[in-house]
Amino acid sequence: MTTTFDVNVLRADFPIFDREIGDAKKLIYLDSTATAQKPTAVIEAMNEYYRRSNANIHRGVHTLAEESTAMYEKAREQVASLINAASPREVIFTRNTTESINLIAYTWGRENLDSGDVVILTEMEHHSNLVPWQMLAEELDLVLEFVPVTDDYLFDMDAYKKLLLLEPKLVSFTQMSNVLGTITPAKEIIQLAHEVGAITLVDGAQSVPHLPVDVQDLDADFLVFSAHKMLGPTGIGALYGKMDLLNAMPPFLGGGDMIKTVHLRSFVPNQVPYKFEAGTPAIAEAIGFGAAAEYLQNIGMDAVEAHEHDIAEYVLERLEEVPGITVFGPSAENKGGVASFVMDGLHPHDIAQILDGEGIAVRAGHHCAQPLHESCGVKATTRASFYIYNTKEEVDALVEGIYKVKEIFG
Amino acid sequence: MDDLYRQLIIERYKTPHYRGHLDPHDIFFEDDNPVCGDHIEITVRMDDADVVTEAAFDGHGCSISQAAADLLIEYIHGKKLDEVKALTKDDVVDLLGIDLGPVRLKCALLSLKVLKAGAYGLSVDEVSDELVE
Repeated sequence: MTTTFDVNVLRADFPIFDREIGDAKKLIYLDSTATAQKPTAVIEAMNEYYRRSNANIHRGVHTLAEESTAMYEKAREQVASLINAASPREVIFTRNTTESINLIAYTWGRENLDSGDVVILTEMEHHSNLVPWQMLAEELDLVLEFVPVTDDYLFDMDAYKKLLLLEPKLVSFTQMSNVLGTITPAKEIIQLAHEVGAITLVDGAQSVPHLPVDVQDLDADFLVFSAHKMLGPTGIGALYGKMDLLNAMPPFLGGGDMIKTVHLRSFVPNQVPYKFEAGTPAIAEAIGFGAAAEYLQNIGMDAVEAHEHDIAEYVLERLEEVPGITVFGPSAENKGGVASFVMDGLHPHDIAQILDGEGIAVRAGHHCAQPLHESCGVKATTRASFYIYNTKEEVDALVEGIYKVKEIFG
Repeated sequence: MDDLYRQLIIERYKTPHYRGHLDPHDIFFEDDNPVCGDHIEITVRMDDADVVTEAAFDGHGCSISQAAADLLIEYIHGKKLDEVKALTKDDVVDLLGIDLGPVRLKCALLSLKVLKAGAYGLSVDEVSDELVE
């Protein structure tokens, strides 16, 4: 039995829930898939760094520089621990998931891919796992193939197995769709990719915040994710890579910190991970990222997953009873805490705006997954997404709000 | 919320007065809001003195975008082409009579962008947000 937590106790860790929206409405935040709220532990870790220890890292020998460097490197250990990386050095700090994917495309990709090579993606990718590959495909004349989504909104394993016959060099896929909530069978996808000699990139932007993710168990070659979707600050993300891959990759951005020695006409790159961290990084944000990883680990990712599974089941059950609503995504057993829906005759903007009037924050649009919306046959959806701090009462409030939308536009 | 969705907007969204397509026409233009896929097309007829005699819009989108289009079309009847070209976002905000945040403002201004692009005879590539600033 997974250890559980008391949501109402945990909510006290998040100062934002003290505020009200508009006319004294309680904030009901159902947009964590876009960005999560931050616990005091994260906010204070960053404040404390600025108040007490602020200095640049890796160079100075004074007390503050030593403290700052230690805090920054401790954050790397905390993030590595959350995903069970074999070494903290396999965790590179980037700006976000998008930058992590671009880094892989421009270093590993340019070095290892060539004209005619096949890259497999899926139809449910976020734009950040589509556009970098489209750009690289244009440059190197690559062939992009897409694993479709089944009628049940699942990763189409049969189609994937057929695509593997093309002997792809790379399989890059989301572990959890930010629109459908679909959780993909990452371990099996990776194992099958490895059987044909492909490298694997797991987009963990949604999975790392919400599920236990163990890179060694998955045998993932690359895993990318962002701090801000997992209770941490914006402006920092991570790229996990297997050490032998990282060692063989050329540097990404050139500048300070990423070098061992520099001459006027040449340089020798630094070791991993610094080779990929040019310039002064987001130090405070890295420290906040580390605090967020530790906060989640203290709760236990099994407990996080169990809580969200409960909410996902309840949301689907409650939304089903609303006439004229269509929810996109699989049944709760394969789904994270995300509910994207359309309502007959109602525009997502209008739904989101009326709900905002009730203090309920949801998202309206294509959620950076336009091709997926096309395959679902809709322009845009309204998305309610859930995290550790959300309650079933908030789901009830969402459903009440949806009835209010129907009343106003009915 | 009640402010934002004042009765006028809901009414004009549900039963627009100027939905349609004029053929023949002197001005035609259409464009999308790439964020939400909303679409507006506008057709305008003018007399010899370049005064709008008839106009219509068609398309799909949220209540703000569609109501704004309907109110804008109503407003330009009897206006000279030069006056249409001189319209700004403040005119549309006044017509709607509500305050809008930056995201919803884009919804409200889609029809103005389409109208002005048509009035100036621009091509799709030449349309930018500067038109409605």
